[in-house]
Amino acid sequence: MSRLPVRKTYKLFIGGDFPRSESGRTYEAQGQNVARASRKDVRDAVRAARSAFPKWKGMTAYNRGQILYRIAEMIEARAGEFAELSSGRAEVETAVDRWVWYAGWADKYAQVLGTSNPVAAPYFNFTIPEPTGVVGIVAPPEPSLDGLVARLAPVIVGGNAAVVLASETSPLAAIELAEALATSDVPGGVVNILTGHGSELAPWLAGHMDVNAIDLAGADGEAPELERLAADNVKRVVRGRADRQSPYEIAAFLELKTVWHPVGV
Amino acid sequence: MTDLERKQDRSPVPSGWDYAPAPESRDIVTIAERYGLFIGGELVEPRSGDYFSTINPATEDVLAEVAQAGPEDVDLAVGTARDAFENGWSTISASERAKYLFRIARILQERSREFAVLESMNGGKPIKESRDVDVPLSAAHFFYYAGWADKLEYAFPNRRPRPVGVAGQIIPWNFPLLMLSWKIAPALAAGNTVVLKPAETTPLSALLFADVLRQAELPPGVVNIVTGDGRAGAELVKHPGVDKIAFTGSTDVGKAIQRELAGTGKKLTLELGGKAANIIFDDAALDQAVEGIVNGIYFNQGHVCCAGSRLLVQESIYEPVIEKLKRRLTTLRVGDPLDKNTDVGAINSKQQLEKITELVASGEEEGAEIYQPPCKLPEKGYWFVPTVFTNVAQSYRIAQEEIFGPVLSVLTFRTPDEAVEKANNTPYGLSAGVWTEKGSRILAMAQRLEAGVVWANTYNRFDPTSPFGGYKESGFGREGGLHGLEPYLDLGESEVRG
Repeated sequence: MSRLPVRKTYKLFIGGDFPRSESGRTYEAQGQNVARASRKDVRDAVRAARSAFPKWKGMTAYNRGQILYRIAEMIEARAGEFAELSSGRAEVETAVDRWVWYAGWADKYAQVLGTSNPVAAPYFNFTIPEPTGVVGIVAPPEPSLDGLVARLAPVIVGGNAAVVLASETSPLAAIELAEALATSDVPGGVVNILTGHGSELAPWLAGHMDVNAIDLAGADGEAPELERLAADNVKRVVRGRADRQSPYEIAAFLELKTVWHPVGV
Repeated sequence: MTDLERKQDRSPVPSGWDYAPAPESRDIVTIAERYGLFIGGELVEPRSGDYFSTINPATEDVLAEVAQAGPEDVDLAVGTARDAFENGWSTISASERAKYLFRIARILQERSREFAVLESMNGGKPIKESRDVDVPLSAAHFFYYAGWADKLEYAFPNRRPRPVGVAGQIIPWNFPLLMLSWKIAPALAAGNTVVLKPAETTPLSALLFADVLRQAELPPGVVNIVTGDGRAGAELVKHPGVDKIAFTGSTDVGKAIQRELAGTGKKLTLELGGKAANIIFDDAALDQAVEGIVNGIYFNQGHVCCAGSRLLVQESIYEPVIEKLKRRLTTLRVGDPLDKNTDVGAINSKQQLEKITELVASGEEEGAEIYQPPCKLPEKGYWFVPTVFTNVAQSYRIAQEEIFGPVLSVLTFRTPDEAVEKANNTPYGLSAGVWTEKGSRILAMAQRLEAGVVWANTYNRFDPTSPFGGYKESGFGREGGLHGLEPYLDLGESEVRG
């Protein structure tokens, strides 16, 4: 007797929930029907990211590190599913190791990227890195899992909230990742993942006045136009690459705050 | 407050405190009738053939004719900088590069009075500021970055820092020599060559700096200075031979530059406008805070991107603070920038005076209450009386827009939360001030303010070791400190994994 399999409905990931697109539309990618997000969904995702940001930023670095490590655990546990949706087991292992590597940076990058400054006046002067806020990520199409992880991990380890536009052609790994994130103690809204047509969504993300920075790793030919839109609120523009891994990838999404604290008795 | 203090506080404002004029001699400065562009180590006639007059804003007297760089001139300057980069400067040893910068710092110190007088003549700022702030800080900036030139690999572990090439730099008129130093010192320390465009109204200290470079025997073409208005800046921004643009100026122009460079892959740093909150808590040392408020907004006529232009006073001390502030304003001396007793000098240009006047009129129209101390202004030149607006709503233009003049908008708050919310309620995020005797509160506020620089119990303090730059629409990138090197370096590929 054959059994009819129960199929998954591929949905968006906004504010910790899995809604269908507000547009009511889907499109076909990798042989599946996938939600086709609208610009309203982009705005909702930005709003969710903005409200999640203060809590995520305010968590201790130790706590954020543990949550990133938990993401690695959850991906490892679903390694089989991820292998089918990416180039295979090796890519999944790289992605897991990448999360572990960035998890370990959570309570260290401030020590590497910050300074204390010997000013010629009676002040204790120091410079600390802080998250920039809401970061838009145009995810690269390949590698479908690890490319996204390489761009997302440095953004959120620094305390930012992210709105990800998944690759239009290979979105399934991103949706699977959303499901892993939803079970990883990442507060809802810290990562939001939208699927749909890049040309429909990316301009709204790049031009959004409440997005502080944008990573154009997967933007290709649209990048110049998106950069122009990003100038509307002086966004930090990062032309990220899928294979880069360093604390400077974290630094690209951090602001530097310098404090002059008086010294006296 | 004790009765005695209250009595002293309410004592009548001293009127007619006359000082004998104490003008700094201008003999130390020699100004040529006409200046060309500084390209390839010498002043050359502009190919455009155009010149414009640069004036003293305190007298409206013409000081000199200055070249207006056209497209051909900018092209020549960029080409010269490229040659200098490829044929010499990038191959010279880093420790030799450092020594040129040390030389420049020393010559600036030696010629400091000359620079101070010229800066005050061309820009309108009080001599005590150009003498005690602009010029010494400029020298210190070169001295600081000199030492970095041969230590770059220690600043960026695991990277291979290389110069980016030709840096195009556009600076504003509020701190002409200091902004030149903030731009040129890190660029040269990192091994780049430079094309710098000074502001239209204040080109003379940059042209005098060209003479410092001659004395320092800096190889020709390493620094090129093209004067002119915004058209020259626009040419520089879009020139394909420039690898990096550094701009300090208005947010509108900054956005236009970011748009222009979209898709080019050029490095960009922007230091743009601000509308900083200066926050006074009820436990602050009030007299000290009042001095800080005055320094925050009337320093350099308020022509300061990080000026404390929004005063946030805790409600319980609103009255004594405003009273003390108004009294203090009556003792500010507005007038001849070259007079050593002058606190507030001339507005930099007619255009800027018109902008300030227009915004102040909007403040009165929207319903704010204006206070200006009795003040006799010189007949010629551009002047604006130090102004305080009370009864200001968050939505008023004078609370939202950068005025860039000696105009303070006062708002109040009850709780630290309200102070943070009001302070952050602006698209800008350059700086903020906090006044309180409580150290833990300083740090808590510093953590929550969206600003690149937070001053506690002080304001408008700068140091070459201290990174400066904005959050949000105040720009990106830092100037000063270790972080100020990064915009002028190509750090090479980061580690590749996977």
